[in-house]
Amino acid sequence: MPEKATPQAQAAYDRIHATDEFARLKKAYRGFVVPMTIAFMSWYLLYVLCSNYASGFMDTKVVGNINIALIFGLLQFVTTFGVAYWYAQYSAKHMDPIADALNDEYEQEANR
Amino acid sequence: MSAVLSDLSSSIPFVQASGDSDDHQALTATLFVLVVLLTVGITFWASRNTKTAADYYAGGRSFSGVQNGFAIGGDYMSAASFLGISGAIALSGYDGFLYSIGFLVAWLVALLLVAELLRNSGRFTMADQLAYRMRQTPVRTAAATSTIVVSIFYLLAQMVGAGALVSLLLGVDGDTAKNLTIAAVGVLMIFYVVIGGMKGTTWVQIVKAVLLMGGTILISVLVLAKFGFNISDLLGQAADNSGKGSAFLEPGLKYGVTTTSKIDFISLGIALVLGTAGLPHILVRFYTVPTARQARQSVLWAIGIIGTFYLLTLILGFGAAALVTGDAKQRIVDSGGNLASPLLAEAVGGGSGTTGGAILLALISAVAFATILAVVAGLTLTSASSVAHDLYASVWKKGQASGADEIKVARIAAFVIGGVAIALAIPGQSLNVAFLVALAFAVAASANLPALLFNLFWKRFNTRGVLWSIYGGLISSVGLVIFSPVVSGKGLDPNGKNLSLLPTSIDISWFPLENPGIVSIPLGFLLGYLGTITSKERSSEDRFAELEVRSMTGAGAEK
Repeated sequence: MPEKATPQAQAAYDRIHATDEFARLKKAYRGFVVPMTIAFMSWYLLYVLCSNYASGFMDTKVVGNINIALIFGLLQFVTTFGVAYWYAQYSAKHMDPIADALNDEYEQEANR
Repeated sequence: MSAVLSDLSSSIPFVQASGDSDDHQALTATLFVLVVLLTVGITFWASRNTKTAADYYAGGRSFSGVQNGFAIGGDYMSAASFLGISGAIALSGYDGFLYSIGFLVAWLVALLLVAELLRNSGRFTMADQLAYRMRQTPVRTAAATSTIVVSIFYLLAQMVGAGALVSLLLGVDGDTAKNLTIAAVGVLMIFYVVIGGMKGTTWVQIVKAVLLMGGTILISVLVLAKFGFNISDLLGQAADNSGKGSAFLEPGLKYGVTTTSKIDFISLGIALVLGTAGLPHILVRFYTVPTARQARQSVLWAIGIIGTFYLLTLILGFGAAALVTGDAKQRIVDSGGNLASPLLAEAVGGGSGTTGGAILLALISAVAFATILAVVAGLTLTSASSVAHDLYASVWKKGQASGADEIKVARIAAFVIGGVAIALAIPGQSLNVAFLVALAFAVAASANLPALLFNLFWKRFNTRGVLWSIYGGLISSVGLVIFSPVVSGKGLDPNGKNLSLLPTSIDISWFPLENPGIVSIPLGFLLGYLGTITSKERSSEDRFAELEVRSMTGAGAEK
């Protein structure tokens, strides 16, 4: 059960929530995850729909016995690894420094 | 995890014991015992340092991102993935691959939207996060109910599968032997959870993930070596040997038959990709690391491990289709695909009756057994934690219970849940394993994910919103399955076997799809929205600023 925050902690949360840094952190986070989630979900659904309804396209052989369906499926792996890697880089650069600084401020204010 | 697991237990003809298979079974049994001894030893070793509630529920939050990444892999790559997906590919060709993709892409939802925020704002259970700014008693009751329902479905699927599989691999026949196997798996799982808590369970998952990856890589390399590492040749031989030609390598062999089956496939695809981030036994893994950054690291590792594993299942599946022939091929078909990986191991080791074949068969079978044990332990711990922490300590004792009392209750709950799972799995052996697992994913996506996302991202969300989305998602997903062809109305197959759960004389089906996700998931979100806006409660908004700051910066997060 989350204990009610102490008055100092509550004040620290409210103050940090109103800062420009927190607004920047939120913007950096949502600016990445919202479009990215829409993108990878659309890409995945496109794959599911193509498997169902675009058999002629999916069955086209590219090299030997390797067809578009297999390549499309493998590309889902590539994009998943890619988005994960990109997020790791992005969050370390654009989010973590702000979060760390705000967390330090909280520690000082809440535990006074 | 697919329809290939259907009627696992009811349709398996048992291995005829011969001189050769006696040797194999002795070897398999020895390796099984080694797996059990290894995991029991780990559990005792890990239990030495389990003292506080945080130790018991969250492994003292002492695991590193890499360790937790392996443990997540251990929790996620269930027997249904290891045996089911490669089996699906071996039997249905390309269509089996679609499962691997859904299960992997799902991890991006967990990485981007859930893992770090949950780590910062929760404590031990899923309910901790959902109840953060809501009225405790109703929200925790709802979250615990959904945690237990999802976990029991998942648990039953693993145990029913374990019973059939282990008795088949060991060549023991008859109901008594199968029931004993299920009981033995149940007793072991209770032992891991009661003695080892989260620390013991996590180490079991890590060891299992390493064993599983090692075994999978070994067999994959041996398969590829047979084709001079030419994937196209492997695919060509798989297509020829399957008897279905190039259609074996194309989508639609299994799911592209009718309009309904196509919609069913979309429904399944949605449930798989949205279910992962709502599975309670996955969510609690994020609490075992010290910081949100380590939670991120663990998901990154998990994506790498799970992705590699699912790529290799492609080689295992097509390898089994290409290389397993004769009697062994028939056994794969008879087992609904589940024996594809073990029998492929036997084939690449030199074939039936050879020492190499026997060793590899025994090895892969033991890995499958370790997989089952680890997954059931994780599920039992999650349910027991929710009973102790949410229902006992918060709802019943109103937060006045001591940590020692909570651990005691969690241990008792593990006994009860383990007992319930054994009791349900023994008569439930005719249940369709695929139905149970896919239902667990659909329920998780319908009941848990909407509430989690609304709570994190929507200020106005309140207690009634949580309750409507959890109970609405839970009742609609379970309810639609009850009235689906899985339960009744499918009739008999050409061999006269009943395709539904209930006898053919009873037909209560009116919902055409086997997976309810396409209806129940949007309904979970819609009900969460409607419940919120029809409630006058605004007090949940007071703590939203606190929740936002805490979830995004880690300020005040549990250490």
